[in-house]
Amino acid sequence: MSTVFIALQANEETRPIIEAIEIDNPQAVVNRQPAMVKIDAPGRLVIRKSTIEEQLGREFDLQELHINLISLTGNVVEDDETLTLSWNS
Amino acid sequence: MTVAAIREYIGVPRDSVENFGGKQIVYASWDRHLLFAAPFLLCLPPETRFRDLVEGPLTALVQADPDAAALDWTKVEWLKDNQPWTPDFDASLADNGIGHKDQLRFRTAGLNSLSAAA
Amino acid sequence: MDMKVAKKKLGLKEKYKLMTRDLGWDTTYQTKEDVFPYVGYEGIKIHDWEKWEDPFRLTMDAYWKYQAEKERKFYAIIDAHAQNNGHLNLTDARYLSALKIFLQAISPGEYAAHKGFARVGREFPGVGTQVACQMQAIDEIRHAQTQIHAMSNYNRYYNGFHAFADTRDRIWYTSVARSFFDDAMSAGPFEFMIAIGFSFEYVLTNLLFVPFMSGAAYNGDMATVTFGFSAQSDEARHMTLGLECIKFMLEQDPDNLPIVQNWIDKWFWRGFRVLGLVSTMMDYMLPKRVMSWREAWDIYGVENGGALFKDLARYGIKPPKGWDDAEKAIDHMSHQFMLGLYQWSFGTAFHSWIPSEDDMNWLSAKYPDTFDKYYRPRWKHIKKLADAGTPFKNYGLAKLCQCCQLPTVFTEPDDPTLTCHRESVYNGQKYHFCSDGCKNVFDNEPEKYVQAWLPMPQLFQEPINGDLGAWMEWVSLRDGKDNGDYAGSEDQQNFEAWRGLATTNQ
Repeated sequence: MSTVFIALQANEETRPIIEAIEIDNPQAVVNRQPAMVKIDAPGRLVIRKSTIEEQLGREFDLQELHINLISLTGNVVEDDETLTLSWNS
Repeated sequence: MTVAAIREYIGVPRDSVENFGGKQIVYASWDRHLLFAAPFLLCLPPETRFRDLVEGPLTALVQADPDAAALDWTKVEWLKDNQPWTPDFDASLADNGIGHKDQLRFRTAGLNSLSAAA
Repeated sequence: MDMKVAKKKLGLKEKYKLMTRDLGWDTTYQTKEDVFPYVGYEGIKIHDWEKWEDPFRLTMDAYWKYQAEKERKFYAIIDAHAQNNGHLNLTDARYLSALKIFLQAISPGEYAAHKGFARVGREFPGVGTQVACQMQAIDEIRHAQTQIHAMSNYNRYYNGFHAFADTRDRIWYTSVARSFFDDAMSAGPFEFMIAIGFSFEYVLTNLLFVPFMSGAAYNGDMATVTFGFSAQSDEARHMTLGLECIKFMLEQDPDNLPIVQNWIDKWFWRGFRVLGLVSTMMDYMLPKRVMSWREAWDIYGVENGGALFKDLARYGIKPPKGWDDAEKAIDHMSHQFMLGLYQWSFGTAFHSWIPSEDDMNWLSAKYPDTFDKYYRPRWKHIKKLADAGTPFKNYGLAKLCQCCQLPTVFTEPDDPTLTCHRESVYNGQKYHFCSDGCKNVFDNEPEKYVQAWLPMPQLFQEPINGDLGAWMEWVSLRDGKDNGDYAGSEDQQNFEAWRGLATTNQ
């Protein structure tokens, strides 16, 4: 299965987001590189607003992700609650 | 194929021979001598004798190679347009049929110090 | 008295509809064809622009809010960098060569991309597309500006940064990037989207921004990390736009497939060549390296690009024609470029150098099949020449590829000891190429590429007529300051002296 990934800047704002992604995607692998974190997952990765809010302790608009996003891959589907990356193959 | 365009599309070449003030471009390279990262670009009058090209700029340019001292120009194999070819050293570039932007290559079998076998 | 009405918060989809689709209108006193005259001639058939999907559903209000936030973060770090002598935290000033190449060749490319997206945003009839292109046009000009601004801090202390605009226009190696963007901008709107949005952004920019910027962090350059990641935060949106655009074309009409495939073949190869220099920045120019070009290619090229083309196979798309040749070049290209840059360093507004023994051992470990066999012997010979006081300078100017405009430094895909010679004759004139990929691009549209302004042949035309000194002046290259070997350069001497002052009490 093809790998999807999301890469975020490594900073205080993204720490709880990365933790939330790990909670929601037990199959994901977190690679920590200088100044950035790249999260790989087989075929599909889901980012959930509600899990981020629990980790963060405040309301979170998923579009805030744009501020610290470095790169991603896969087909993107976004609504108010989730952002999903996936390959169809 | 033609360029997709909204009207007739004609390109004007930038490197036509008329733009070189009576000179022409010749490219020359020594096969399997990659110390020289790319073929040399030379700009010369077409009346230049082939010998003067070889013994002048070309000999000067290849000096950095460890094989340069052993290079015997009478024994090298030549290619022009990537085909085997024999130059007349005492004829001009024009009389040797070397046109604008032609690529000359020369080979020295057995004399390849810096190059691993392929 | 006005009634206070509690504002209902709009959902993402609802808001997107109101703030994009609802901004469009049908023309009445001009025909649609007259208002959008460039959307048809490339042969792409679109039946329903409403089917265009922006998966992020970003609207202008949210766009400005988040971009402002990015700018605040960016300037906080840039200010700190300038106030705290950030330039002395670099691992080594030779690292700056990578930045000089970036400033001279890549930042102007960002500006070119801005112009391109502003134009195609006007040329596409779909409102969703127009909004997305408009955002990207603003992003790209922001990238050019923040990059130039961040790197201006280095211009106060180091050579090679002072004349990037002249360098962009006139020096030889920048024409590679310039011709790439000129090629894209002189194409139609759909081809532009495949060129920049898809091939460049989606398939290739990860290789530039992600490992290289992470490398900048590793080398203590917080200014570059900051502009890099600030730009890259827009890049995820650009990549998604590129992918959506290609899916949209393929879903709209089956006749679009062969046109799109041809553009993917062309622009993958063009992009691969233009980004090839990044291989050298990663393998040679970062004093501390995060990963090799080969390792980056395995992640972002093979794995990620592979996944993408597997996904697009459902539309009938095949991996780009040059894919296999690219793979064969990966273990060679950084070495081929650096050897070229070193021997032509009299003509570059950045420094190059002979890799140290440690560096060569690292290269040998990362390229076990190629470095010791093909490239170490050349570097050792070059070192010998330098040690003997006769440093190697190749004054034989280079043959350039008519398509990518790089010196033809590349070897046959299956024989790394033989230069790849390719040529075509068109209208009685001869044209040379570095590879089958570039020859194919030319042969498909010769009328376009015969016009290439190739810096090396130009040097022998008016106004320079072969005078190297006049050429240096014309490109604003200060001989003995901006060019040549890093060893013994002003940059090296100054960095060492200033760092000495910063870390001792002498």
